[in-house]
Amino acid sequence: MSVAPAEVDLPRSADESVPDNPWLTLVWNDPVNLMSYVTYVFEHVFGYPRPKAEKLMLDVHRKGRAVVASGTREAMERNVEVLHGYGLWATVRQDA
Amino acid sequence: MFRSTRDGGVIVRLSGGEATLLRTLVVPVMELLKDPERPSPPPEPSGPSDDIFAELEKQFSQPDEPAPELSMDPVIARLLPDAYRDDPEKAGEFRKYTESSLRESKKYFAQTLLETLPASGGKVRLTGDQARDWLRALNDIRLMFGVRLEVTEDFEEQLAALDPKDPRAAAFEVYGWLGAVQESLVRALAR
Repeated sequence: MSVAPAEVDLPRSADESVPDNPWLTLVWNDPVNLMSYVTYVFEHVFGYPRPKAEKLMLDVHRKGRAVVASGTREAMERNVEVLHGYGLWATVRQDA
Repeated sequence: MFRSTRDGGVIVRLSGGEATLLRTLVVPVMELLKDPERPSPPPEPSGPSDDIFAELEKQFSQPDEPAPELSMDPVIARLLPDAYRDDPEKAGEFRKYTESSLRESKKYFAQTLLETLPASGGKVRLTGDQARDWLRALNDIRLMFGVRLEVTEDFEEQLAALDPKDPRAAAFEVYGWLGAVQESLVRALAR
C-alpha cells in the first residue's frame, strides 16, 4: 500500500527558477556524421571561422558534446531545427 | 570525385551504377519521412528478387521486427531527434510545432537528389544550394545505414571484422562508399 504524496508547490521546471540564465545549443557526438561535415555545418550555419568550427567539432568528438551557441530560447530552438535538418544530434537547454 | 565550380557550385561525374545506387537508397529515406498521419497506399506486390539494389532497399525500408505502436522507428528517432534531452514535455511541445516542417525539409533535400541525378549517370552540375541539399540527403541516407547497421566510431574495424558471407557485408560496403562521396562533396564545398 502507498499513500499519495503531499502536494508541494515546486517550480515546474528549471527555466522558471533561473529566468536570467542564457539558453544553449548543444551538439552530441554520434558515430555516423563525418568530422569534415560537422565542421562545415558549424561554419555554414553559424558563420564561424574554420578554426573555431574545427575546435567545436573536436570538442563534440572527444568530450561527447559541446555548446555551440548561446542566446535566447527562441534562437537556440531555431538553431536546433536547422541542425536537425543537417542531421546533427542537437539539443537545447538552459544554462544551469 | 566532386570539383568546385567558380560560381560556388560543384560538378561530379557518376557512373550509371552509382546514380542507380543513390536513387535506390534515397527512396526508403523519403518513405520513412512520410507524414505518419497520412496513410500511404499499399505497397506493390513484389516477388523474390536477386537484384542487390532491390534487396538493399528492402533491407532498409523495413525494420526486422514491426515496431510496436507508439514506439518510434530508431531511424526516425535519429532523423528527427528530441530537441530537449531530459524534458519529455518540452521535447513533445517542440516536436508538435517543428516535426512536420523538418520532415518536409528532409523530403525536399532527398527530392533534389532524385531530380538532379541523371538516369544513367554522367556529369552532374549542382548549384551551391543544390549541393547543400545533396549533402543533407546523403547524410540522412548515412544515418539510416548507421542506425540499421549499428555502426560505431570504429567503422573500419567493424568492416574488417565482418565475415564476407555476412548478409550485411554489401550494406557495410555501400555505407563506406557513401562516406567517401559525402567527404568529397564537403571538401568541394568547403574550399
